Amino acid sequence: MDLGLSERHRALQAAARDFIARFGHLSPPVGGGGGRKRPDRKALDWQALLIEHGFAARAVPRRYGGYGAEPDVFEAAIITEEFNRAGISLGIQGQGIRMLVPTLLEVGTEAQRERWIGPTIRGEVIWAQGYSEPEAGSDLAALRTQARLEDGQFIVNGQKIWTSSAHFADMMFLLCRTEPDRPKHLGISYLLLSMDSPGIEVRPLPTMTGHATFNEVFFTDVRVPADQIVLGRGEGWRVANVTLKHERMLLGDASKLMHRLHRLQALLAETRVEGRPLLASPVWRDRLMRLQGEVLAAKYHQMRLLGEAARGEESGLGLLVVKYYGSTLAWRLAALAVDALGEAGLVYDPHDDLAEDDAATAWYADWMYDLGLIIGGGSSNIQKNIIAERGLGMPREPKLQGGA
Amino acid sequence: MAFGLSEEQRLFDTSLRGLLAARVTQAARQAAAEAGREGAGDAALWAALTELGLPGLLLPEAAGGAGLGLADAALAAEALGYHAAPTPFLGSAVLAPLALLRLGDPAARAEWLPALAAGRMRVAFALGAIAGGTGPCTLRWDGERLSGEVAPLVEAAGATHALLALPAGGMALLALDAPGVALRPRPGLDRLRPLAALTLSEAPARRLPGDARPVLDAGRVVLAAETLGAARAMLDQAVAYAGQRRQFGRVIASFQGVKHVCAEMAAWLEPCQAFLRHAAAAQDAAPDAAPDTAPDTRDAEARMLACQIKAHADEVGRDVARHATEVHGGMGFTELLGLPFWFKRIAGNRQLLGGPERCREEAAMAQGLAA
Repeated sequence: MDLGLSERHRALQAAARDFIARFGHLSPPVGGGGGRKRPDRKALDWQALLIEHGFAARAVPRRYGGYGAEPDVFEAAIITEEFNRAGISLGIQGQGIRMLVPTLLEVGTEAQRERWIGPTIRGEVIWAQGYSEPEAGSDLAALRTQARLEDGQFIVNGQKIWTSSAHFADMMFLLCRTEPDRPKHLGISYLLLSMDSPGIEVRPLPTMTGHATFNEVFFTDVRVPADQIVLGRGEGWRVANVTLKHERMLLGDASKLMHRLHRLQALLAETRVEGRPLLASPVWRDRLMRLQGEVLAAKYHQMRLLGEAARGEESGLGLLVVKYYGSTLAWRLAALAVDALGEAGLVYDPHDDLAEDDAATAWYADWMYDLGLIIGGGSSNIQKNIIAERGLGMPREPKLQGGA
Repeated sequence: MAFGLSEEQRLFDTSLRGLLAARVTQAARQAAAEAGREGAGDAALWAALTELGLPGLLLPEAAGGAGLGLADAALAAEALGYHAAPTPFLGSAVLAPLALLRLGDPAARAEWLPALAAGRMRVAFALGAIAGGTGPCTLRWDGERLSGEVAPLVEAAGATHALLALPAGGMALLALDAPGVALRPRPGLDRLRPLAALTLSEAPARRLPGDARPVLDAGRVVLAAETLGAARAMLDQAVAYAGQRRQFGRVIASFQGVKHVCAEMAAWLEPCQAFLRHAAAAQDAAPDAAPDTAPDTRDAEARMLACQIKAHADEVGRDVARHATEVHGGMGFTELLGLPFWFKRIAGNRQLLGGPERCREEAAMAQGLAA
């Protein structure tokens, strides 16, 4: 049911279906949980085709290599829904494209946009995000990685953790402390640096999924040209909040939930026990239907938020609950799938590329990776603080002495 | 994709909520509860709601109604739930009008619609026969007369008529002052919504033949709306109470243990609103929302959404009712703050017109996932 889609949006929906019918066979396989290796030739060609037809980098201006459409949140949602429904790749989804590019468009210099946006949206330059540190997780602004300015270059020393894709990334957007004497949120800068710089060491960080997803990155006297800072010195926290705003929406993505629900329903229909599909059993059906109700709430809630964003309205509480609600629900969808797989699903054989995993391994990988997403990007407990304090107006916990 | 309200809806919502805030005080709820099973609810409140056009919301303008849709009825139900209003609504303003519009013949419509719109006709309901009811239902036709028993009859206090679903299919509408009608009032868990048991022996009644499920679907959306309104009220009260109550030298709202529970309630509730609006709009958009359309053209998605919003609101409502009460500590357990009015409204709605398990199974059927 497409209640109230405008003519223009209907036309885009038709164009997306037509594109999928004509070119869908060229799509690289779809894997969940983020990129695990550099995009190959097939993925790069697909990305170029998507940009040419306006299904990737749609709202990135033409002068930076994008398609040049007016930003329209409904258009993005329609494209995502059509591609997910067809099981077709939406193109490269790295942190560079989904987080850095919008950030540069919002606060980067003209020179930075010209230099980085084009290669990034084409998938030629892969970015890693250098935010979390061992002692600065939920309390991100407590980060200690330092950069001092010396002869027109920042000299970076310190350590980052949970940096996905650092083992194949070309570049990193990095939060570091450049003004040690200023209050913690005001002493941070946002730098763009090459992963080829001397003094960078990347160590893989094995996680419970068995996929090589995360790394630790160590910096020893790494030199970064002074013009590779976004906004000014001490303004990095502001830049990071631009990025995090994009991430909060990304992690609660309702079309991902819908897509997963469809996969889950297919799994329950295919899986047979004593000759009967699980879906024929009221017990399994009820679990599926209960999750469907929760996914429907997420779906229409996202449409409401998109409408509010399009009209320039503040969504307040509605936006704040998205990450917590969506990430915990995604995990519970995968949890029903692993229950349905039963003991035969215990064979676990992860490959470098999730798209190459067998069904059982993929569901278990999703299930475990999603627990990571509940923790990452602002853990669920931090999300609840944010919902309560900013959304419901409840008071902050009294600060301990020295907690600045 | 207008999940916001139209200007007319906003005005209607504001005036209804204003009226309820002024009239439905804690004392008014208490008085209605004490009047109990013999009481007729709050007559002055019903008169005021009639003045605002609530009973005729779904009725055509020719019959004295407002000609609005289920989206508007759901909006009203949210407000009534938010204020735990001691008033009938579902039977008189939703189920009976829709049953007459969709299943009644022109004579039945001409006879009853104006009385409904004017608020003179108040309709209790018992739809257990088609909604997985656990009570007795032995109603059967004998010519144009109805015999047997059914319970519970809901919104029974002060009712002039009853809308009944029959085991053999279709619905019946009868006047409660007709010969052969024995009504035994029963107190309800939700004391603002008294119940009754109904025994009929050859009572004259009007047949409303055809598929009654669209009426049931609409009722489920409206119940979900009322539950979500009541749950929102409980969350708001919990947040307000936690902001005032001091323990260990600080307001309890500053403790993470309290904050996190409130955040969870908000995270469950907030996404329900757009879901509810969509489910209500889907009822209005369903093919047989127009009278005289064959029931088999019924939009299966609209039914699925009605079942799912009811089930989901029931689950969210139960969790919010529990946790909001807990945030109030011992005060939540007492009747001093009146919190149990909302708790019991939510608890009662969960069981009416089919609980969540029943609704989810019907949702599966509407999608062809169950036989």
